[in-house]
Amino acid sequence: MKYLDEFRDPALARALLDDIGRITTQPWAIMEVCGGQTHSIIRNGIDQLLPPEIELIHGPGCPVCVTPLETIDKALAIAALPGVIFCSFGDMLRVPGSIKNLLQIKSEGGDVRIVYSPLDALQIARDNPDKQVVFFGIGFETTAPANAMAVFQAKQQGLSNFSMLVSHVLVPPAIEAIMQSPTNRVQGFLAAGHVCSVMGYWQYEPLAAAYHVPIVVTGFEPLDVLQGIRMVVQQLEDGRAAVENAYPRATQLDGNSPAQNLIAAVFEVGDRNWRGIGRIPASGWHLRAEYAAYDAEQRFDVADIRTVESPLCRSGEVLQGMIKPNECAAFGKECTPRNPLGATMVSSEGACAAYFNYGRFVELDTVQVAGGT
Amino acid sequence: MCLGIPGKVVEIYEKHGTRMGKVDFGGIVKETCLSFVPEVEVGDYTIIHVGFAITQLDEEAALETLAEIRQMGLLEEELLADEDEHEDVLS
Ligand code: SF4
Repeated sequence: MKYLDEFRDPALARALLDDIGRITTQPWAIMEVCGGQTHSIIRNGIDQLLPPEIELIHGPGCPVCVTPLETIDKALAIAALPGVIFCSFGDMLRVPGSIKNLLQIKSEGGDVRIVYSPLDALQIARDNPDKQVVFFGIGFETTAPANAMAVFQAKQQGLSNFSMLVSHVLVPPAIEAIMQSPTNRVQGFLAAGHVCSVMGYWQYEPLAAAYHVPIVVTGFEPLDVLQGIRMVVQQLEDGRAAVENAYPRATQLDGNSPAQNLIAAVFEVGDRNWRGIGRIPASGWHLRAEYAAYDAEQRFDVADIRTVESPLCRSGEVLQGMIKPNECAAFGKECTPRNPLGATMVSSEGACAAYFNYGRFVELDTVQVAGGT
Repeated sequence: MCLGIPGKVVEIYEKHGTRMGKVDFGGIVKETCLSFVPEVEVGDYTIIHVGFAITQLDEEAALETLAEIRQMGLLEEELLADEDEHEDVLS
């Protein structure tokens, strides 16, 4: 496939790794914000191929992982109602709520359906006028244009049996929260390429300046990730803190304006709870008042929900880069992708699942080379 | 769910008043919403995420990035060669 094979070329990856090795003179901690990049890094062993001075900290950028427990419990309550068809992306089905998950609701007779696109849920609503069709609208900025389009079309086409349970999160406020944390160790960021394809990357410039932290827009193939890391390391070594683009084939400064326009018409910014992290101000999108009729939280009475998180799970620390997944005592024991205790073990973009799927049961680099070579 | 993957637009049409199309992902063809990429034509490459094209792929930029990395590889080789030569002189 064009644009895939080229950016997986092992010889070119070697060239990038050699160059990173050449320019690195001291230890640096770099966070990849996006779970898709975490997946690519662990799958390709990039963290183990880098010079030992460079530590990759896995960030909170997996929407499945940060969807609040309360919202999962609401989803479970709605999906269990008679007359409801509950539609979701596939990786939400195993995410543990307080007691159950969507898969269990389905096996108990709930009509839970996996869809590939939010527009599929609209089609299900058209086909089932006597049912209430609810779509679980989660995601970062990348998914927002799709979810906005579904709500927009539902209103335009008068599909009154469609609604959305919205849990949308934003990357820049998360970067800000990480930089403000007293325990922060992150010195540079790989920004998520496809988030920037939609939103552009001008929003990151004030962050890079305020916290003096390099931010490099980065893609997802091995060469993209390595190129992003190389550009962050070069800035750190030079003492610079700018926003740079390592993914120009798919991102521009301004992003995609038709998508941004529709998002702005349907959603507005508000506070959001992040699972394992807590409340981050102005870090999410909610439906605008004009679309309140399509808000599943308004349509169904699910306000009174009490949540219980697994006492074993340390996903909050994983999501904030404070521990690596295999430092959690439950990792690979009580907690596996088949029986996940925390959301980070569910989606392939979650750090715990990435570590489990690629056999990272122990840290290979426990013999850290003091001061490098 | 969060993955965006490149695909080639092979057909464009209207459905429910929306610009839609067929996109080929190396042999698998899927219906895709093209409403956010009005400039895209049949034959262009795009990034698709949950059934929506979110951006056109810029072929020129792709080639430039690859050329830059290749250049880096050549430079690296030269540096290594220089070092070898240097060692030869010393020994
Ligand atoms: S391994 Fe499981 S229990 Fe431990 S932090 Fe990850 S998801 Fe939670």
